Amino acid sequence: MPDPQPAAPRRTPLAQVHEGLGATMTDFAGWQMPLRYRSEIAEHNAVRTAAGLFDLSHMGELAVTGKDAAAALDYALVSEISAIRPGRAKYTMISDADGGVIDDLIVYRLADEDFLVVANAANAATVAAELTERAAGRAAVVEDRTDEYALIAIQGPSSAGILATLTETDLPSLKYYASYQATVAGRDVLLARTGYTGEDGFEIFAAPDDAPALWAALTEAGQDAGLVPAGLAARDSLRLEAGMPLYGNELSRQTTPYEAGLGRVVKLDKASDFVGKAALANVAEKAPARVLAGLVGQTRRVPRHGYTVLWEGKPSGTVTSGAHSPTLGKPIAMAYLDADAAAGADLTDGALAIDIRGSAEPAALIKLPFYRRQERS
Amino acid sequence: MMSVPEELYYTAEHEWLAISDSTARVGITDYAQRALGDVVYVSAPAPGSRVTAGDPCGEVESTKSVSDIYCPADGEVTEVNPEVDEDPGLVNSDPYGAGWLFKIRLDSEDQVPPGLLSAAEYSALIQEEE
Repeated sequence: MPDPQPAAPRRTPLAQVHEGLGATMTDFAGWQMPLRYRSEIAEHNAVRTAAGLFDLSHMGELAVTGKDAAAALDYALVSEISAIRPGRAKYTMISDADGGVIDDLIVYRLADEDFLVVANAANAATVAAELTERAAGRAAVVEDRTDEYALIAIQGPSSAGILATLTETDLPSLKYYASYQATVAGRDVLLARTGYTGEDGFEIFAAPDDAPALWAALTEAGQDAGLVPAGLAARDSLRLEAGMPLYGNELSRQTTPYEAGLGRVVKLDKASDFVGKAALANVAEKAPARVLAGLVGQTRRVPRHGYTVLWEGKPSGTVTSGAHSPTLGKPIAMAYLDADAAAGADLTDGALAIDIRGSAEPAALIKLPFYRRQERS
Repeated sequence: MMSVPEELYYTAEHEWLAISDSTARVGITDYAQRALGDVVYVSAPAPGSRVTAGDPCGEVESTKSVSDIYCPADGEVTEVNPEVDEDPGLVNSDPYGAGWLFKIRLDSEDQVPPGLLSAAEYSALIQEEE
């Protein structure tokens, strides 16, 4: 049999809007997504100083509902999901039996027996299948509702002010990692104060048919405040500066949450058993053999995914994500470093370098993140 | 649409040359800068170095990737654009003007070096790649 034709990339409800804006489109996790509209550095800077508008409709939305939904998620995920209060959300992970990360997730508890699990686009089908299997035998139903949601994010210091002109919802009372049922520009949405940029911002889950009108309303409301549409390229450099992991780069089935510096999301002492518990308990007891570290390049050449990190000239790690940082004006990278290299390398002692296409370019070790926004006073 | 000035010569690797007497000013095309995205660093061959047509002689780093610059002709590098070193974004904003990368004194002297494409040929090439 000949190989089947690869499926055409899926289009989001906003695809025509992006094309109208002249976006450079790219295939990402089976979806056709905007990579950038004009300059990705300008888009990045707009999110740091004003606001950016993102189409995230490729993300997977999985509904878990029923009397035992909380218990099913306690067993399926590494965090204590039953402890999330209705209206709040939590960053968590789904682990395999060996402690490897299947995906990182945000779980919104919409009501006592009603959860929305947001998964990465590339992993949504796998996560849906795992949740279904792990919920078997309980009074809980798992449904993939990705096609029922458009997801628009508005991110940046001006986003609350822009959004306030389009909704009567009390935004100051909407806490980070909380959500409200709200009306925005006359459309019923789930409005969450979450994001992946290191800035204040909101994610708006809406009906697909409402997405173009919401996008247009947000664009118009943000015009004077400097809001611009922002693509996946800016989203990647923003999350990297904020030290946030990207599945497939910093996280995979070959990494544990502890190596990624995210052991805090694993609740080993929750009442329920959970998939991966024994393996993760074992890992948690030992110091990890490698740790996720932040590196700042001391020359202008940019480290890329997969490049080797050298400590005193010896291969001692691998770059997972690298980019020119618009905010720092320098190359930055996250890398898994052998624990002895990470512990032995002084912050600026010159022992660390990144092999950039055959040339050892010096790098300094820094404590993540690269960028932290000023807290609102 | 993509700008391909009539008076320049081109390579299949998306460099352009402005030839005047025995000197060529070299840069990357509008098509190339659009495909790369925002340029953050250019490594150009040092003044005084010998370059050979078709050999990699520098790099353009953009936010998402790095690409080799292939030398478009035999000769000696006489000058590197210091403005691009200061502000690599010039390669995006003005690829055929302020964003030029380096100059070569051509071995072919006042002859156009072999193997270069005309504007029409280059336009046809990028239409195929679209």
